[in-house]
Amino acid sequence: MTVTDGPSWNPITDLQQMWSFPFMVNAFRAGTIVAVLAAVIGHFMVLRRQSFAGHTLSLIGFPGAAGAVLIGVAAGYGYFAFCLAGAAVIALLPRTGRGGYSEESAVTATVQAFALACGFLFVALYKGFLSNINALLFGSFLGITTAQVTVLGIVAAVALSILVVIGRPLAFASIDPEVALARNVPVRALSVAFLLLLGAAAAEVSQITGTLLVFALLVMPAATAQALTTAPTRALALAILTGLIVTWLGLGLAYYTPFPVGFFVTSLAFAGYLGSRLIRRPRRGKATADLIASGIVP
Amino acid sequence: MTWPPFLIYALLAGTAIAAAVGLVGYFVVLRAQVFTGDALSHVAFTGALAALALGIDQRIGLFAATIGVGVALGALGDRGRADDVVIGSVFAWILGLGVFFLSLYTSRRSAANGTASVDVLFGSLFGLSLSRAVTSALIAAVIVAAILAIARPLLFASIDGSVAAARGVPVRLLGYGFLALVGAAAAEASQAVGALLLLGLLAAPAGTAQRLTTRPYPALLLSAGLAVATVWAGLLFSYLLPVLPPSFTILTVAAGGYLLALLVTRDRTPVRAR
Amino acid sequence: MNARSLNPGLDTQLRQVGEKPTDQQAVIDLRHGSVDRGNRRLWSGLDLSIAAGEFVAVLGPNGVGKSTLLQVILGALPLAEGRVQVLGRSPGRANKRIGYLPQRRSFDPSLRVRGRDIVRLGLDGHRWGLPLPSWLPGGAPRRSTAARVDEVIDLVGASSYAQRPVGELSGGEQQRLLIAQALAPAPDLLLLDEPLDSLDLPNQAAVATLIARISRAHRVAVLMVLHDPNPVLPHLDTVVYLAPGGSLIGPPRQVISSAALTDLFGTPIEVLTAADGRLVVVGHPQRCDAHHERPTGHRP
Repeated sequence: MTVTDGPSWNPITDLQQMWSFPFMVNAFRAGTIVAVLAAVIGHFMVLRRQSFAGHTLSLIGFPGAAGAVLIGVAAGYGYFAFCLAGAAVIALLPRTGRGGYSEESAVTATVQAFALACGFLFVALYKGFLSNINALLFGSFLGITTAQVTVLGIVAAVALSILVVIGRPLAFASIDPEVALARNVPVRALSVAFLLLLGAAAAEVSQITGTLLVFALLVMPAATAQALTTAPTRALALAILTGLIVTWLGLGLAYYTPFPVGFFVTSLAFAGYLGSRLIRRPRRGKATADLIASGIVP
Repeated sequence: MTWPPFLIYALLAGTAIAAAVGLVGYFVVLRAQVFTGDALSHVAFTGALAALALGIDQRIGLFAATIGVGVALGALGDRGRADDVVIGSVFAWILGLGVFFLSLYTSRRSAANGTASVDVLFGSLFGLSLSRAVTSALIAAVIVAAILAIARPLLFASIDGSVAAARGVPVRLLGYGFLALVGAAAAEASQAVGALLLLGLLAAPAGTAQRLTTRPYPALLLSAGLAVATVWAGLLFSYLLPVLPPSFTILTVAAGGYLLALLVTRDRTPVRAR
Repeated sequence: MNARSLNPGLDTQLRQVGEKPTDQQAVIDLRHGSVDRGNRRLWSGLDLSIAAGEFVAVLGPNGVGKSTLLQVILGALPLAEGRVQVLGRSPGRANKRIGYLPQRRSFDPSLRVRGRDIVRLGLDGHRWGLPLPSWLPGGAPRRSTAARVDEVIDLVGASSYAQRPVGELSGGEQQRLLIAQALAPAPDLLLLDEPLDSLDLPNQAAVATLIARISRAHRVAVLMVLHDPNPVLPHLDTVVYLAPGGSLIGPPRQVISSAALTDLFGTPIEVLTAADGRLVVVGHPQRCDAHHERPTGHRP
């Protein structure tokens, strides 16, 4: 990535310079949308201890994206198709009662590896080989089209509106499923719905950070926020803010240096998370904190 | 049909590596340490690329990283499930670091050498020279011997830690030794199918073997046998159909075998009301 | 504090039941033992002597150090004071002759290993390498290992489900197999930590009777940590009752009595007898915590 001028270290002029390129404008738009969605979904993911479901779903999305490129369609559509399908399968898989942890992880590991292998096959068949793989796996902000931004925006808007509606019962069901069930909260339906939303979010984030690094936007900002505050609205706001800062800084750094955006986003998000863990106040007790975080207990 | 040298070298290295990975993988699945394998695959990627970026032999970075981190994970103790946000974040960051080394490496080397990064990611069994194949096979043989030597007390320690300790089995030491072996096996598997896919080779044959039999020693050996068969089948498919990369075919056979075993044995585990 | 007797004349040495006393060393010989956890002294001045074939229960409130006693006998924890000999040797040396059942552990439901193999680990799990087939030098004669495993599985009544993966079995079934595992190498001493913990009542009685039967028939000394002695009460030879300030050792009916326990704990304790003969202890602290802490130095 060659740049005409180096950074001027003045944020305003730097932004103006970057935004003189349409593709950078698109990149920032896409990044902003994705960061917001990821932070909100991530908040619930951390609450529900489903951090790895997001990772698995984005890995499942990888062959979709590679396959889409192979058949000449934008990678984004492939991501959405496979991530959502994967989420549906996971959600609707019959729980065979006492699954057992070790078997579950062996199956998950195999599915993840197989998904990556399929993606590799598609990329190998495409012969545009090297740069494609890196872009899909580790993210790239070049070549984000306006159409892509539009799709990202619409999906994010839909997902966020759904979350506004189901947010509170979802939090209740996440923290205390048995009590929620007794109060007629549709716990299972909410789980399914959330997994689908998670699939959509994973697909969105993959398009910015790449398949392998979704953790950076999907989990770390939300985890950072929850480490610093237990009040729900504050945690959400903080997560969104963190995600935006990480994304904007990451894009800027990736623009001015030859290193990929995935590296910067991950490192910045991790730095933020590490910092939050080091300075966070001692908790009253996890259960109480969880209840407070969900707004159930004031 | 005459077999070209690259195929023979691939089979040589692949067989030995598969045996080692199959044996180690059995215990990884048994001890529910699959997640450690996931972490190690990220570390393998970063280690190898760091070495490449620094201009030294990729394998040094690979083995140093996987064995070192493997043993360090043991020191962390049994926290795996409780704190997966922390651990997942650390390993996501390590992966990001690997990407940094990747671009450092590709920007310094000529484009012709660009395949090295793909090799790290997805393996290169068909690209092995004789010396590399022999080295891999020898290392794998050492892993195999070590695992076989500690198999029985490791089994005891994995299933029944406190009783084993009471009977004089050095449970903690075995745990560390085992993690070092997992690191080494991960590094070997990484050369075969790549850092991204090694988890599949570690987990699928072992999972399949444990589905097919509940007798521990036969399952252990079956896991190795299945892994070897998987690699052979995968290599031959890929050789006959060169459009399919070998790591893809190997993973497909592994995953397919596991799926088959799951379907076939589905009724053997009735849901038990506790 | 030293272990106190009920009255000065009471003999706190333990009597053997049934067998003629033989001139053999005590299975466990603990003199003036004290043990610390962190900087807290758990118990002190414990004098305990257990003979072959004796069935002993260790009772006391939570946190008083019952499991710790087992750890000391296994050699996993050193005594702060006093000395102990297990099977005539220092603790930890004779562990191959001890069968140990730690506190309730359940197996991952997807653990695909047969119950029978779990039992077998008790026999040879500590030996390096793989089990060699019998026709190789060094391989144990196959028939004897398999036969022993069968025998001990039969002894605990687990034959019908020993072939199944252990993860699928119920708590009681797993517990029986674990007892078989502890018994497989024909130990001289069985250490059991809350073995009846999550069993239902019929299973508790059955397992208690089983252990008592084995103890009698094979002269295996049994030291069992319990929080409720009732399931084993009919079979007990001796009770070791640990309290924050001391301990009491003697026959069950004498130790588990209102007078003795009130004396031991220093607060009013009542032992009630229900209609079916079960004893209910009312009034002793449910949990030992910092309130009962004694400084590490002795008090006379």
